[in-house]
Amino acid sequence: MGFLTKKDLKLITDPLADNNPITVQVLGICSALAITAQLKAAIVMAFSVMFVLAMGNVVISLMRNIIPPKIRIIAQLVIAAALVIIVDQVLKAYSYQLSKQLSVFVGLIITNCIIMGRFEAFALANTPWKSFLDGIGNAAGYGIILVIVAFFRELLGSGSLFGIKVLGDSIKKTGIYAYGYENNGFMLLAPMALITLGIIIWIQRSKNTSLIEEN
Amino acid sequence: MSRNTESNTYTVLFAAAMVLVVGSLLAFVAESLKGKIAENKRIEKQQNILYAMGVNDNEEGSVNFIPKNEVDKDFSKYIVKQYVIDGTTAKENDKAYLIDIKKEAEKAKNPSYTRRLPLFVGEKNNKFYYIVPVRGKGLWDAIWGYVALDKDLVIQGVYFDHAGETPGLGANIKERFFMDEFTGEHILKDGVFEGVTVFKGNADPKSLDKTDCQVDAIAGATITGNGVTAMLKKDLDMYMPYLKTLKQ
Repeated sequence: MGFLTKKDLKLITDPLADNNPITVQVLGICSALAITAQLKAAIVMAFSVMFVLAMGNVVISLMRNIIPPKIRIIAQLVIAAALVIIVDQVLKAYSYQLSKQLSVFVGLIITNCIIMGRFEAFALANTPWKSFLDGIGNAAGYGIILVIVAFFRELLGSGSLFGIKVLGDSIKKTGIYAYGYENNGFMLLAPMALITLGIIIWIQRSKNTSLIEEN
Repeated sequence: MSRNTESNTYTVLFAAAMVLVVGSLLAFVAESLKGKIAENKRIEKQQNILYAMGVNDNEEGSVNFIPKNEVDKDFSKYIVKQYVIDGTTAKENDKAYLIDIKKEAEKAKNPSYTRRLPLFVGEKNNKFYYIVPVRGKGLWDAIWGYVALDKDLVIQGVYFDHAGETPGLGANIKERFFMDEFTGEHILKDGVFEGVTVFKGNADPKSLDKTDCQVDAIAGATITGNGVTAMLKKDLDMYMPYLKTLKQ
């Protein structure tokens, strides 16, 4: 008996690609569009969701036999909301500028469909350890897409990565700007996030044709 | 398990217990982080005030405050005087920046209360800046800011912030392209207080005309812009009796 059985490992790796919450299940799109203009914000968001989802899954799973079925959705909401408030307060105390940047979106983790989806579909029927892994896996799957989208948006929109100007200075015309390159401001707007996401989904489905639904 | 989780009594008891546990947990977290959050807010206020008078780490296009660990040092270096204004007189008060503008405005609804109006005097390169805090309403929630004036009542810099304006629209009042337009703008028109109007279609999108008391509005953020206009008119006006004495 290893620490992670093959089945356990699958709980983490499945959501990364073939059962990705964003590109396959198409959940959690709103926040994926909103906070992917900068890599740093996307990564903090991914870790915040990971904390809420993994902890929430464990708590729900521990309580799965005592939660009254009639109010189970409310119980799930209360637990998700409590965890989100904790994340919000901790960010405000230890990373104030970042919490200002993420503004309303930390609070909106509560409305992230992935969270309620995993609580309802997985944690209510599985053991805490499995639920924990499922939470980590799904949040990582969500985070990977966020980081990929944010990478392209920040690089093409602002010419920087993690705020570091990797392409040169657009005002002083150094780096590739000297050859007439311009930042594409459109990349910073939500529509381009959706298009970037669409391209990722397209690439993924053309590589793995089993994901394409038959009509 | 033999427990009947379907029964009404159990459901009610469970809900009550859950609320109690979660409530006390959150109260505990909030209480233990309160000091740190308040300290962050105080530092942010100092950064904002210094930002308005041009003490910042700005690069092209982005808003960069001076680093957190240098704030206290720089604040005492650049802010030479802090006043509380009453009409045309100013009383020195070195904790004036801690005055909560929101609470003062609430208290001022009672006519017998004399509102304390904080004013900060900054000095940089032998030039004096008079920094006025302002606060008003945007579309969804509060907006506030700091306006740095010189003795001729020309704006030298501003900083705006908001609690919950729409990202990408009203939230852009804290972006450089909007705030930078205020620099050099006059708040007096022919010697009479006018404020600064956030104006749509004034045929001066780059705000080159500095004496028209207008800056270009943000598309899609009309109500936030009007809020900025109203905030500047109302709050700067309260300071006018004192600010007018600066010229002499």
